[in-house]
Amino acid sequence: MRPLPFLFEREYAITHSPFMKLTRQGEVNALDTSAPQQPENLYEETRRIHPRTVKGLFRNIKWIVMVVLMAVWHIGPFLRWNRGEGAPDQAILIDMAGRRAYFFFIEIWPQEVYYITGLLLIAGLALFFMSALAGRVWCGFLCFQTVYTDLFMLVERVVVGDRGRRIAFDRRRWDLDKAARVLAIHTLWALISLACGLGFVLFFGDAFTLLPDIFTGDASSGTYTFLAIVGGGCYLMAGYAREQVCIYMCPYSRFQSAMFDEHSMIVAYEAWRGEPRGAARKNQNFEGRGHCIDCKACVAACPTGVDIRLGNQLACIGCGLCIDACDQMMDRYQLPRGLITYDSITAQEARAKGETAELKLVRPRTIIYAGMLAFVAAVMVYGLASRATTEVSILHERSPLYVQLGSGDFRNGYTYKVLNMVRQDRHFMLRAVGIAGLTLDVVGEKSQNGVATLTAEGDSVGTFRVYVSAPYDSIKGHATPFEFVLEDDAGGTPVKSSATFMGPEK
Amino acid sequence: MASIEKDPISGVYTTGHEWDGIKELNTPMPRWWVYVFWATIIWSIGYWVVYPTWPTTTGFTPGIWHWTAREELEGDLAQQKAARSKWLVKIDGATVDQIEADKELRNYALAGGRIAFGENCAACHGTGGVGSPGAYPSLADDVWLWGGTLADIQQTITHGVRNEDTESRSTIMPNFGVDGVLAPEQIAQVAEYVASLSRKQPAAGSPGEAIFAENCVVCHGEGGVGTKEVGAPPLNTLVRTFTKPTVEGISQQVNKPKHGSMPSWGRRLDPATIKELTIYVHSLGGGQ
Repeated sequence: MRPLPFLFEREYAITHSPFMKLTRQGEVNALDTSAPQQPENLYEETRRIHPRTVKGLFRNIKWIVMVVLMAVWHIGPFLRWNRGEGAPDQAILIDMAGRRAYFFFIEIWPQEVYYITGLLLIAGLALFFMSALAGRVWCGFLCFQTVYTDLFMLVERVVVGDRGRRIAFDRRRWDLDKAARVLAIHTLWALISLACGLGFVLFFGDAFTLLPDIFTGDASSGTYTFLAIVGGGCYLMAGYAREQVCIYMCPYSRFQSAMFDEHSMIVAYEAWRGEPRGAARKNQNFEGRGHCIDCKACVAACPTGVDIRLGNQLACIGCGLCIDACDQMMDRYQLPRGLITYDSITAQEARAKGETAELKLVRPRTIIYAGMLAFVAAVMVYGLASRATTEVSILHERSPLYVQLGSGDFRNGYTYKVLNMVRQDRHFMLRAVGIAGLTLDVVGEKSQNGVATLTAEGDSVGTFRVYVSAPYDSIKGHATPFEFVLEDDAGGTPVKSSATFMGPEK
Repeated sequence: MASIEKDPISGVYTTGHEWDGIKELNTPMPRWWVYVFWATIIWSIGYWVVYPTWPTTTGFTPGIWHWTAREELEGDLAQQKAARSKWLVKIDGATVDQIEADKELRNYALAGGRIAFGENCAACHGTGGVGSPGAYPSLADDVWLWGGTLADIQQTITHGVRNEDTESRSTIMPNFGVDGVLAPEQIAQVAEYVASLSRKQPAAGSPGEAIFAENCVVCHGEGGVGTKEVGAPPLNTLVRTFTKPTVEGISQQVNKPKHGSMPSWGRRLDPATIKELTIYVHSLGGGQ
């Protein structure tokens, strides 16, 4: 696999003259040795970016994705799922106090937290798979930073106006009108951030009771803390940090380029078609020159402020708004669309030479990712389907390890815990096997002929103190292995647990 | 001294010092950092006013809130006591048998008893009532010196054994050897017999059996079953407190017996705690 070039080297020499200005992000003209030797200012002050509105396919995709994600986030906590009497009826719920996680028909106990590991694996593999196919789809469309920044920018656009107006507004002197608009913007931002925080918090409690509680001051301090953290984070990140998150803070941003190769679809400027660029008049003849009219619509539309004509770069989050902006311009000059396009490098190189370009979506990388994804998902599904309804946990009494009784027998104590994972009470029979003459006693429960009957309440852990006694002649010395066998009265496979009987050295 | 220059690249002034040609930029702190720094200073002044802060020659400045850590602790303890009082009232009003019968009360008593045991009893009787070989009896087995019923245990804990409490359990085994009640050969013979009794294979017809019947049965009972009223331990088991059930060990005990002593906890602990301890000790595995 060829390493991904940072810039299209061939096009670079054409587009860069010695006195070409630096881009907004301060990218250094490293290859240009003909520039005069003066110390370069490598520091770029942070400027507020006001992207221009565009219309087109990618803008529509972004709106749709935003609506869907917001719907899931805000409506999700209110969905209901009937689980029976006494059980919470929220479809998606993480019950911290009750130590359960619910997702529709799935119920997870704390002992099964490894399902979260599976979910994280699936999330990671899905990200790699998605990126290998279509580049920075997460960054440009799905990431909550992108979605909320987009929404906050929409608020600014509604209150102040499009890009030009907003830039002028920033420079304007403070007066009553400016103060009122700024207040309106921040109020709306605060409301959106509050909704964001509420969306998070409501997954952790019954949404219909927790929501009014939050507003009457009856929710717990933990609830308010997380509301402040998530809501405050949303306000700061989407209101102020914006593209700084993508460029400096986020680790996903940095290793995205490691996740795609020369066949991944990325936002690409067709330099072979666009160069040499130049200004265009009304009935411009485009023979012998590039289609790029240097209108900088792509730069104006970019939420991170990059010039995509320099090539695929760190700060390009792959949102495709520059594609829409350029297409609008191409339409005006009756030129074919797609001067900036969503394409793979190999396809672009083929097109540049005039050959037929093929998108190689099925290749070893994508097959492997898809396979790993399918495997992890299958393991999770299998695990959920074959989930046990009974689990046993045994703790051997440590002090004393063993006791000599008056009869000469030795006795070991155990704390025997039965995790009853169904919602009905269940009755079990417990016996100990493996050593001749073993007898079993459970404190507080009846036992007969060495078999004890236990009752475990539904959806809870039954804790029992079990005493196992054995004659001196039967035990092998310091440690003798034996087995506990737990049988459900209603049938089913018995749960066998190996245990150790401690005794004096022989 | 200072020859401050302005760096052309960054626009920042140097400190003015130079070491072997090396100069240092005096980049100012970020504004937000400086504001936070000042805010913390002003906040700390607020602390001086409201909390105890500065030492004076005789004491300290109390602050307008007059807050003390001691008072806070007292408040926390009172709060905890109030929270527990719901249970303690019930335990005070019930006998140990009633507590044992009530599942909820019993669980609470077990938990409280476990804590109280660790604080008061474990020093001698060990965690979980293991006991200390040669010194203190194990409470986890089913062999009792003074009886293992709830009432017996409660009495033993409340009044103790061989202490200044007039109601304490205080019987004594005679010094059969030192006081010359038995001759050394007799002691050896009875020790042989008791050792065989401990192994549950009493040597019938041995001289030791006759000595045992004459001197020991009166307290230790027929067949060595023990008498809890006088604290005479059962001799028909391998469980012992002070010595091992070997001929040498038994001879030592017969010659000059060791006796145990236990404090009278009724003077140190409140009745509710003693009830909790009774329930807990009874549950350790040998309760009768």
